[in-house]
Amino acid sequence: MPEITREEVAHLADLARIELSDAELDHLAPQLAVILDSIKSISDVAAQDVPPTSHALPLTNVFRADVVRPGLTAAEALAGAPVVEQQRFSVPRILGES
Amino acid sequence: MSGLDKLDQPDRLDQPVALMSYEEALTRFDPVMGLEVHVELNTASKMFCGCPTEFGAEPNSQVCPVCLGLPGAMPVVNETAVESAIRIGLALNCEIAPWCRFARKNYFYPDMPKNFQTSQYDEPIAFNGWTEVQLVTADGFDTVRVEIERAHMEEDTGKSLHVGGATGRIHGADHSLVDYNRAGIPLIEIVTKPIEGAGERAPQVARAYVAQLRDMLLGLGVSDVRMEQGSLRCDVNLSLRPSADAPLGTRTETKNVNSLRSVDRAVRYEIGRQAARLSEGGRIVQETRHWHEDRGVTTSGREKSDAEDYRYFPEPDLVPMAPSRAWVDRLRSVLPEPPRERRTRLQEEWGFGDLEMRDTVGAGALSLVEETIAAGTSPAAARKWWLSDLARRANEQGVELAELSVTPSDVARVQALVDEGKINDKIARQVFEGVLAGEGTPDEVVARRGLAVVSDEGALSEAVDRAIAANPAVADKIRNGKIAAAGALIGAVMKEMRGQADAGRVRELILAKLS
Amino acid sequence: MSNLTRRTAAELADLLAAGETTSVEITSAHLDRITAVDAQVHAFLHVDTEGALAAAGAADQRRAAGSVSSTLDGVPIAVKDILVTKGLPTTCGSRILQGWVPPYDATVVSRLKAAGLPILGKTNMDEFAMGSSTEHSAYGPTHNPWDLDRIPGGSGGGSAAAVAAFEAPMAIGTDTGGSIRQPGAVTGTVGVKPTFGGVSRYGLVALANSLDQAGPVTRTILDAALLHEVVGGHDPLDSTSIDQRLPSLVDAARQGSSGDMSGVRIGVVKELGGEGYQTGVGERFEESVALLVGAGAEVVEVSCPHFVHALAAYYLILPSEASSNLAKFDAMRYGLRVLPEGVEAPSAEEVMRATRDAGFGDEVKRRIILGTYALSSGYYDAYYGQAQKVRTLISRDFEAAFGQVDVLVSPTAPTTAFRIGEKVDDPVSMYLNDIATIPANLAGVPGLSVPNGLAAEDGLPTGFQVLAPAMADDRLYRVGSALESLLVQQWGGPLLAQAPSLVSEGASA
Repeated sequence: MPEITREEVAHLADLARIELSDAELDHLAPQLAVILDSIKSISDVAAQDVPPTSHALPLTNVFRADVVRPGLTAAEALAGAPVVEQQRFSVPRILGES
Repeated sequence: MSGLDKLDQPDRLDQPVALMSYEEALTRFDPVMGLEVHVELNTASKMFCGCPTEFGAEPNSQVCPVCLGLPGAMPVVNETAVESAIRIGLALNCEIAPWCRFARKNYFYPDMPKNFQTSQYDEPIAFNGWTEVQLVTADGFDTVRVEIERAHMEEDTGKSLHVGGATGRIHGADHSLVDYNRAGIPLIEIVTKPIEGAGERAPQVARAYVAQLRDMLLGLGVSDVRMEQGSLRCDVNLSLRPSADAPLGTRTETKNVNSLRSVDRAVRYEIGRQAARLSEGGRIVQETRHWHEDRGVTTSGREKSDAEDYRYFPEPDLVPMAPSRAWVDRLRSVLPEPPRERRTRLQEEWGFGDLEMRDTVGAGALSLVEETIAAGTSPAAARKWWLSDLARRANEQGVELAELSVTPSDVARVQALVDEGKINDKIARQVFEGVLAGEGTPDEVVARRGLAVVSDEGALSEAVDRAIAANPAVADKIRNGKIAAAGALIGAVMKEMRGQADAGRVRELILAKLS
Repeated sequence: MSNLTRRTAAELADLLAAGETTSVEITSAHLDRITAVDAQVHAFLHVDTEGALAAAGAADQRRAAGSVSSTLDGVPIAVKDILVTKGLPTTCGSRILQGWVPPYDATVVSRLKAAGLPILGKTNMDEFAMGSSTEHSAYGPTHNPWDLDRIPGGSGGGSAAAVAAFEAPMAIGTDTGGSIRQPGAVTGTVGVKPTFGGVSRYGLVALANSLDQAGPVTRTILDAALLHEVVGGHDPLDSTSIDQRLPSLVDAARQGSSGDMSGVRIGVVKELGGEGYQTGVGERFEESVALLVGAGAEVVEVSCPHFVHALAAYYLILPSEASSNLAKFDAMRYGLRVLPEGVEAPSAEEVMRATRDAGFGDEVKRRIILGTYALSSGYYDAYYGQAQKVRTLISRDFEAAFGQVDVLVSPTAPTTAFRIGEKVDDPVSMYLNDIATIPANLAGVPGLSVPNGLAAEDGLPTGFQVLAPAMADDRLYRVGSALESLLVQQWGGPLLAQAPSLVSEGASA
């Protein structure tokens, strides 16, 4: 298994939208390397034909009927918002097209 | 910066862009398209929660912990949305997965409350289908088969208003205001396989595909499919290659294509733009572009790099879906008639010739004519109104026929008024004007504007007498057998009556009085 | 009324039913106890004095009118701060949710309220449930009532400490890799992780969706059974919840309390013991097994060979799911918003980054980065994908084992409570605390920890873990109850009676 470099950690922090300081990067990268090292045994354990489990229980087809249920009022929805304007969540300028 | 480097820079709205003429581009390159259409379903509630899906509600008034992505909330799948997805897949001749799951598509954007979209990744509910697109040609119809890669379920995002910039667009905006009413509304994404071999008909094929997909979805009753409201959205992928046997070129994805007209124009524009660039030795940047209907151009958006790693994994808060074959078969058995068969049947029922049918379909009037006939009008009359006056009006306004504020029942009513003799054809045009202007129903417009044909025999008779008196020479001619001269007198009476008379009756009266 | 805070929940329910006390008295007694000791223990992040007393008053009114909501109507409870409570702050032990007041209740909370249990407040925890010591709480650690310099376990140290310190008769915890059971073991309390899907996760702020379960934290097995039955059961708001009734847990607990284990086959898991397990932990475990045998149980050793990979699988699956779950904390809709320093007109992206850096602690950041890595294209198959396969192998190990025995047993945790600060800078060493509890979460099977004594070398509590097949939670209660009875008989009273006092003599609590 490849070791994890400081650059990789920085890239991952970008993907995860966390602004890590240089000190944090210096601190985290070796810790992550140790953790990854301790779990690398996993790669050789399961044979190709072992199916993955994503759910402990084999449930399928859990649905709800297409019926309207009461939700939150706008006031409740906006209650925790850092900034509200025109009954909407005000967010800082967004870069780029969606 | 060298010339080639310059060509490599993504272009902006304010810079002039080289375009090759469409005709020339098609002689040099072979276009390949991919169309991604997002359909907003018309379910009563959202994909994963019970919030209502009404359009136009007060901001953030149709939300709950689930669609707002509050910590702790969990999704539950809307069964009707699944059913609609299956029906769409069946109508597109897809295979329906015997087992599939939702997956998380992870990325950050303020209009996505969880910063992941619950979608489907490598296990779509429908895949490997096809549909036949009918193109209108000089002599009638031509059929192009479009292969469908997949149709899958996902949820819509919230909507942002960008504040502080010049045009309300994102560039230069100071901040944004987000409304999550739309977040969580069920979406079906339909993706074609690369559409090859369309050649110079590429824009037409793209437009026809979207138009007919829309008709199909309307027929299924799963969506309002109003492009102008966003319940049908189209992204156009396009690449060029020197010839049909060359490998595929780099493609761009163009968004904000909000009408059928835009689909056609955007394909055409991108072909011209890419052709110009490629022929000057530049390269096409793999990116998302933005269509501007007002200016008729695309501009660069974000670079669509593969570095945007969505880190897909199966949604752990949901369990797999395994639609039973019995359920699928039952849905298949009640599918509405496929479009081509429908057109053939209607043409026969209505007694239209090929060209008349072609024009009706080409104008986007098929369903409108059908509904007008259902409201009691003859096929010929229905076609007449939709394809003449109303089509012209739609063109003037730059909208689709279906978007005009005149409905099939309005048209039926107007024709009924003509048939009843209450108004004539000329007046009917004024009535349509009134309805389009928002003055009310046809009857209300007639009343308000006082357009009813004068049926009072006495008044008509007096008007005829006045016309005769005012035109003695013409009257004499008629007395002497020159019936054709009656036209001038009819004209005079109609003028006095401001058109509100039955010209046929006027003629009768004139001839009766002068015989 | 002689010390209401020393009573079990079942006893309090009986006293209420007999009219010998009121919910207001009981609740006030616990609020007083909290005031007296929580400065030392720090089990609570938020105490809702007004709300709890109002609910207690309402409980008393119901009882007076003859319309009691449940057996436990009027018995107060504490709730781990990872479950959303409408109108009460919910922080998940994190800065990023400081001051957030949810507009809705978790289903578990709604059920507690519907059953009439006054909610005393929200308990401390490792941030977003990531930890085994409660040292990763952004609001300071909780202290083990047995020795205030030691950890109470984690992530649910607050709930366990509150119950161990008699600040609450019961609490709700959550268990993703042992966060109910391990604190139970190190504080001398009972903790149960139900079958996955047995208790609704709606309103439980997700750490690892496929592993999390809420469950009871109590001082006795019977109390846990009573509480489990109040909060458990199908929830249409949770697509992963089981739509099938469990057998009666209270009956199983009562049956077990006779101490008769004849006909019960017990498997000792070879891989969950031995090296790495503290001597005293091992000794108490052996003695407990011997007691059960003495009571008629058959014991065999079973091997679950893939359990040795459980920790690795867990530390790939959990961070992966968590990295996605925690993406929603981005300063846009609720919670902390921090503007980056020295940036004029920061973008949304910059605000997200600054907020998440300021709002998340180290352990959370570590796991988010790890999870992002494990899910990235190019690594998915080798990491997350592989871990899910190992999960299958672990489930198969359980299946094979349960083919031979009715329950599996092991020590709950490898050590007793360690000192605060001892392992906090060594993540891998911290992760090892969960080595015996993690397999159950991976397979979705239920598990329970019951206190089984004090380790000779340090006089600190140890725990005995019982595991059962999925949907067989009743077996946990039967066996746990039997062992509890036998041990209490031996000790001459509950283990907690041996815990040091927290308040100096003569004080009211």
